[in-house]
Amino acid sequence: MSLVVDVEARRGDFTVVAAFEAAAGETVALLGPNGAGKSTLVATLAGIDPPVGGRVVLDRGTLDDVAAGRHVPPERRPVGVVFQDRLLFPHLSAVENVAFPLRAVGVARREARRRAADLLAHLGLAERAGARPADLSGGEAQRVALARALIREPRLLLLDEPLAALDVRARTQVRALVRRELIGFAGVRLIVTHDPVEAMSLADRMVLVEDGRVTQIGTPGEVRAAPRTPYAAELVGMNLFTGRLERLEAGAGRLVTSDGDVVVAWPPGIGGALEPVIGLLRPADVSLHVRPPEGASARNVLTGSVTSVSVEGERARVRIDASPPLVAEVTLGSVERLGIREGARLWASFKAVEVRVQAI
Amino acid sequence: MAAQKRTTSGVFVVLAILGIAFVTLPLAGLIQRTPWSRAADVLTSDSSLTALRLSIVVATSAAVLSLVLGFPMAWALSRSSFPGRRVFRALVILPLVMPPVVGGVALLAVFGRRGFLGAPLYDVLGVQLTFTTPAAVLAAAFVSFPLAVLVIEAGLRSLDARLEEAAASLGGSRWYVLRRVTLPMLAPQIAAALVLCWARALGEFGATITFAGNLQGRTQTLPLAVFERLQTDPDGAIALSLLLVALSLAVIVGLRERFLPAP
Repeated sequence: MSLVVDVEARRGDFTVVAAFEAAAGETVALLGPNGAGKSTLVATLAGIDPPVGGRVVLDRGTLDDVAAGRHVPPERRPVGVVFQDRLLFPHLSAVENVAFPLRAVGVARREARRRAADLLAHLGLAERAGARPADLSGGEAQRVALARALIREPRLLLLDEPLAALDVRARTQVRALVRRELIGFAGVRLIVTHDPVEAMSLADRMVLVEDGRVTQIGTPGEVRAAPRTPYAAELVGMNLFTGRLERLEAGAGRLVTSDGDVVVAWPPGIGGALEPVIGLLRPADVSLHVRPPEGASARNVLTGSVTSVSVEGERARVRIDASPPLVAEVTLGSVERLGIREGARLWASFKAVEVRVQAI
Repeated sequence: MAAQKRTTSGVFVVLAILGIAFVTLPLAGLIQRTPWSRAADVLTSDSSLTALRLSIVVATSAAVLSLVLGFPMAWALSRSSFPGRRVFRALVILPLVMPPVVGGVALLAVFGRRGFLGAPLYDVLGVQLTFTTPAAVLAAAFVSFPLAVLVIEAGLRSLDARLEEAAASLGGSRWYVLRRVTLPMLAPQIAAALVLCWARALGEFGATITFAGNLQGRTQTLPLAVFERLQTDPDGAIALSLLLVALSLAVIVGLRERFLPAP
């Protein structure tokens, strides 16, 4: 029981190339910024937009195979989709919404309604069966959308941005609901999101999609430990430098990026210059100063002005447009003491040994 | 400053009162001149009842025809882009702004005995369209169907196309999605289009008298009957006019805020 995706999909003149697998009983998150191509992949997996190349195989059934000219239309795919914004039909009651997929394939009205009502009751919505979507709460609408996706007993459950449309309070409640739904579903579970918190809290594995390409696949732990792209590093809150590693002196090297250099400890097991490499730096390892620091052991001293200050609990993340750009994490006390605000000029320092270098 | 503002609003109040008078005075005059003692006789006379029945048949047929012709056009205009779409759109709206009598002449040129469709129709099938009830329907539909196109097109544009996509991915065939999702969600616009087209068709005069003529029981609708009576029996014409006012009022009540934009 598994999903194997290896497709080229196109919407307008935007092309997405993606290859990944997902096993039954596993939750995989497709994570990427807006416009990365996630919705295009959803449309392809749901069968709305056939791919222009490659294959989609679910269990032993081939859903798409462009080379063989095979395309299973949406209504014959064992795929249940909970759409972004849920997209319940506003003119139909909850039970009619859930019965829709059955009625669409010719199940008799009475039979379809009975099965829909049973499923709603199973999800604890028996008394809301007659309500219109406009009268449902966020959590209730979410469950109706889920019931509609599950009514034809799919083997792939696809949740497209399940929390994006909700306000912060409803989000916590619905996230718990979504987690229960996902755990209770035995087939392949795919969740599409741009929210790293959502992905990391719900998924067993993450597939990062950027600009129409898969850039990294791994467990949340693996991505957190070793993000491969600036976007992934951003997701997990790390500084990431990509570029060419050059020998500087014994035990040290210079990481040359397209926007400034960083001095790093020479990684063990690497002989000479190497490209491309990435260097990771934890924001908490960056020190901030209002004047150029003197007599410090830090090999890297960069300067720039503050572009943003975002507060998370007792700590603040400070972005500086140095070359290369940096994120530093400091306490709220330091923000106050140093008078850090947007536009202020600051110096940032960090030791060469704190940059973790790896070949990619 | 304040004095100036007062003067401005004073002018506006006067103009507004004039505007109200402009609309209500003719109506009041109509009611004042109505020969109430004869009104019942006029309205229940054979010729009036025939004209009323014919008007309702013609307006209803024209509204339905407008919808049937207008819906696919609205669909094409809102859902697809093809070369010349804007020109096409302008052409569709043209009958709305064109003098109706010109519409009648145009219809005559096409469907008349010597028209390029009318001539073969008559020669081959022996069918003559002019001076028949279908001609009156055609004339009324010609002037009213742009309203259907405009209202339905606006409705289709405001519809969330993702709902139709969702319906398709939930297993709906194109026809099923149209029937169960698109049309029910467009119900208010379809109803509004029908009512607006019906009202426009009910009042049609120029195109009808030009293309269909003025034959009692076949093409003489209420406005034509009013026009004819005015020359021989002005009081009777007023009574019939009042009937049309009542029908128009019924349309406004039927539309209400549900279909017309609320203030």
